[in-house]
Amino acid sequence: MTGPTPARDPGLQPERTRLAWRRTVLASTVVALLAVRLVLLRPTPLAGVAGTMLLAGWITLLVLSGRRASTLAAPVPPPLGRAVPVLALVTVGFAGAGLALVATP
Amino acid sequence: MRGVRGVMREWFDPTALRRIGTTPDYRFSLANERTFLAWIRTGLALIAGGLAVAQFLPELRFPYLREALAVVLMIYGGAVALRALNHWVKCERAMRLGEDLPESRFPAGLAISVVLGAVLLIAVVVAEGFDR
Repeated sequence: MTGPTPARDPGLQPERTRLAWRRTVLASTVVALLAVRLVLLRPTPLAGVAGTMLLAGWITLLVLSGRRASTLAAPVPPPLGRAVPVLALVTVGFAGAGLALVATP
Repeated sequence: MRGVRGVMREWFDPTALRRIGTTPDYRFSLANERTFLAWIRTGLALIAGGLAVAQFLPELRFPYLREALAVVLMIYGGAVALRALNHWVKCERAMRLGEDLPESRFPAGLAISVVLGAVLLIAVVVAEGFDR
């Protein structure tokens, strides 16, 4: 683990990781759009709460991805920390909000 | 054996993992990160599938089958996300301790469930076709 730090990883690992984050945000955008459509079709108070939760989760993912993109720009990117549980919990929250939207009449 | 509290702690405070073992080559950590993100996208795709089924699939002959399908897909999506977190923690820990990466039956189970779900849906579609 000693020696000079390479200027550029020939395997482009940071770039691939940054693109993986971008794909993940895109996937979450699809989920958010589908959910928003359901909310607009059935605008109940519960649907409003679920929709607000979803939008908050989506914005959280945008922020996480943006932050990770900047830390990935370092010569030796630091390991991920709390972004891992936050991303997993936001996804579980999406599932919960979706269940609330679908399972209510 | 680590207890439930220990596992919860590793789930929600991954920085605690940095205290065990040695930091691996950062490229291995990035590979683990991309694997985690790929599983999260798998979960998101299942959730999106559930939301799409709920609003775009026409009413089926069997009452509530459409809603049941949507609910099952979304529960799977949430489960995949939790498992992604657990798997990331296990891989990170194994890499820091220089152990073998964890083995898992989860992908096989998920694949079999998807196949069973597809077979069930084909049966429903065929049954609806004969109905006309």
